[in-house]
Amino acid sequence: MSDTLLEVVNLSMQFGGLAAVENLSFTAFDREITAIIGPNGAGKTTVFNCLTGFYRPSGGSMILHRAGRRFALEALPDHRIARVAGVARTFQNIRLFAGMTLLENLVVAQHGELMRASMFSIAGLFGLSPYRRAERAAVAKARYWLERLGLVDRADIVAGALPYGDRRRLEIARAMCTGPALLCLDEPAAGLNPNESAQLNQLLRNIRDEHRTGVLLIEHDMKVVMGISDHVVVLDHGQKIADGTPAAVQADAAVVRAYLGEPEPEEGEL
Amino acid sequence: MSAGTQAQPASLADHAAPPSLALGVLVKEAFLTAVVALVLAIPLVGFRIVESNGTSGLTTRFWWVAVGVGAVFVGRLALGLWRRGLPARATGRASWLAPLVRYGPRHARIIAPIGIAAALALPLLPIATRSVVELGIGVLTYIMLGWGLNVVVGLAGLLDLGYVAFYAVGAYSFAILAHDFGLTFWECLPLSGLLAAAAGVLLGFPVLRLRGDYLAIVTLGFGEIIHILLLNWTSLTQGPNGIGDIPHPGLFGLVFERRAPPGFTTFHDFLGIDFNPLHRAIFLYYVALLLALIVNLFTLRLRRLPIGRAWEALREDEIACRALGINPTNVKLSAFGIGAMLGGFAGAFFATRLGFISPESFTFTESATILAIVVLGGMGSQTGVVLAAVLLVLLPELRFFAEFRMLFFGAAMVIIMVWRPQGLLAHREPSLRLHPGRRQP
Repeated sequence: MSDTLLEVVNLSMQFGGLAAVENLSFTAFDREITAIIGPNGAGKTTVFNCLTGFYRPSGGSMILHRAGRRFALEALPDHRIARVAGVARTFQNIRLFAGMTLLENLVVAQHGELMRASMFSIAGLFGLSPYRRAERAAVAKARYWLERLGLVDRADIVAGALPYGDRRRLEIARAMCTGPALLCLDEPAAGLNPNESAQLNQLLRNIRDEHRTGVLLIEHDMKVVMGISDHVVVLDHGQKIADGTPAAVQADAAVVRAYLGEPEPEEGEL
Repeated sequence: MSAGTQAQPASLADHAAPPSLALGVLVKEAFLTAVVALVLAIPLVGFRIVESNGTSGLTTRFWWVAVGVGAVFVGRLALGLWRRGLPARATGRASWLAPLVRYGPRHARIIAPIGIAAALALPLLPIATRSVVELGIGVLTYIMLGWGLNVVVGLAGLLDLGYVAFYAVGAYSFAILAHDFGLTFWECLPLSGLLAAAAGVLLGFPVLRLRGDYLAIVTLGFGEIIHILLLNWTSLTQGPNGIGDIPHPGLFGLVFERRAPPGFTTFHDFLGIDFNPLHRAIFLYYVALLLALIVNLFTLRLRRLPIGRAWEALREDEIACRALGINPTNVKLSAFGIGAMLGGFAGAFFATRLGFISPESFTFTESATILAIVVLGGMGSQTGVVLAAVLLVLLPELRFFAEFRMLFFGAAMVIIMVWRPQGLLAHREPSLRLHPGRRQP
């Protein structure tokens, strides 16, 4: 078993009187793919928004372990979570910089390091060599990911012109360019055809194995979830109803009930 | 199902336009256009106020109305017939600007030096009378302002309707520093820029959380606040009287005046030529050109730095920016601050050029004009700003339109926005390329 990466303890999120997430606790491990699944409205995206600082949770704690340090995510603003704690995310509705090129999308993701290298633009304005080096390194990193996606040839077209499946994968590559410890993917397989879905699985496995990054995944596509996750957390109505290996979760009675409903005798008679 | 398949050839045939039917439609359209023209022309053209012996009377010119409406009818009909004769593709948004759009930004390496050379040569040409040079200075001032606002609106996507505030801060900073502390233009220029940038950051704070329309309304308010402040803070700004006697810039200690103040040498004495006010205008023109080129170089450079890409990323999607660890507060404030600084430079130049400033020069109309330059030029396009500034400053100067010039000005705006709603030159050059040599389709 690998090291603990993320510890969520008693996380709650209330919107007025509605509890979207209630006393949720789970653990995600380094170099593992953890899937969060559940029916629509179960609170999966809310958990993501709490983790990445877009929502301030009503209670509980989220501790991220990175390089021997502990970051309390509930106390950090969103951009610090991404930059300091190293939690990168993608969105259910893809949020690429549609008017900018593929290369620019991937370089913007390395803003923090580049900004420091350009000494807040002063060294950059005069084209000093430390900045030029940093820029070359950023472009090289972007090129690595573009090669990964097979999009090197299209590096200079705008991201909005890409087909849907490529946009999904580019958004993941962009998140990886921030150098994250934990990558949160919100329904990455939504709307992909089987071929694109297979490419996605390959990409996610590579990220886990070669980049030593933990992946947290919200997904409806069970083929993706069962195929690649090491560990599955099932939510229903904001509460955790199961937690374990894909096989164990599939066999869990509570999960079957949440997805298929209670068996009713009338249905049998019809 | 069969109805559907039959309808399609019918509609195709319709597209090829059976002459009789299409002619009827065209006549009807031309008639409606003529009615609109009639409604507009009666009050605008039909009546005329004539003053004689101190009393004014009203005369009518319905003849003109009839001619105008007739011309509109015939013109509209002719346009329709001409369009019908063209193949379908040509009737689209084919524009006389197409070659400019295709060659302009992509061949900026060639176009820009030509433009700069033309700008350098202008005051030396025989056509360069005092008024031509003054007009050139006006164009250059607006180009500077357009480039400054382009950082805020075009790159960072923050709609700012109160840009004139920073222009005013720059102008008044220089005027007060020069008037009360006796500093020269070249000493004040960076100070004006810094003060305007400080104002930009200060005004940026309260609007950090606002976007789009809300931001526009609040910045509009800021523009008004500065205007009112200038009017009422009389101890500092001398209120509506304005500040006069602002020194003109000198050239390495040489002044462009008829008589030198004690301790100075005038330009014409130094060269042993006669005093000519044109010399000062030409010098100011070159100062404006120099400042504009510095502003351009500065913004082009910033655009290729992480800060410039962060501005554009913020314009595209603020939430994605935050998810990538970009602090939107810093990005917005830097855009406001740098945009304001460039506006401040333009303001200082404006003050030194006229030698007199008053709150009258810093009204909402100015903000609107600068914004129009940025939008017409194509948001984020440096070349577009130049083209739009030239159009917007020169069009109202076309004297042969006489009293109708503002009407033609408005019409030109409408035509440009219909033809190219994305702006004259909306092509965006990537800030860096992986394959620099390769042309994208």
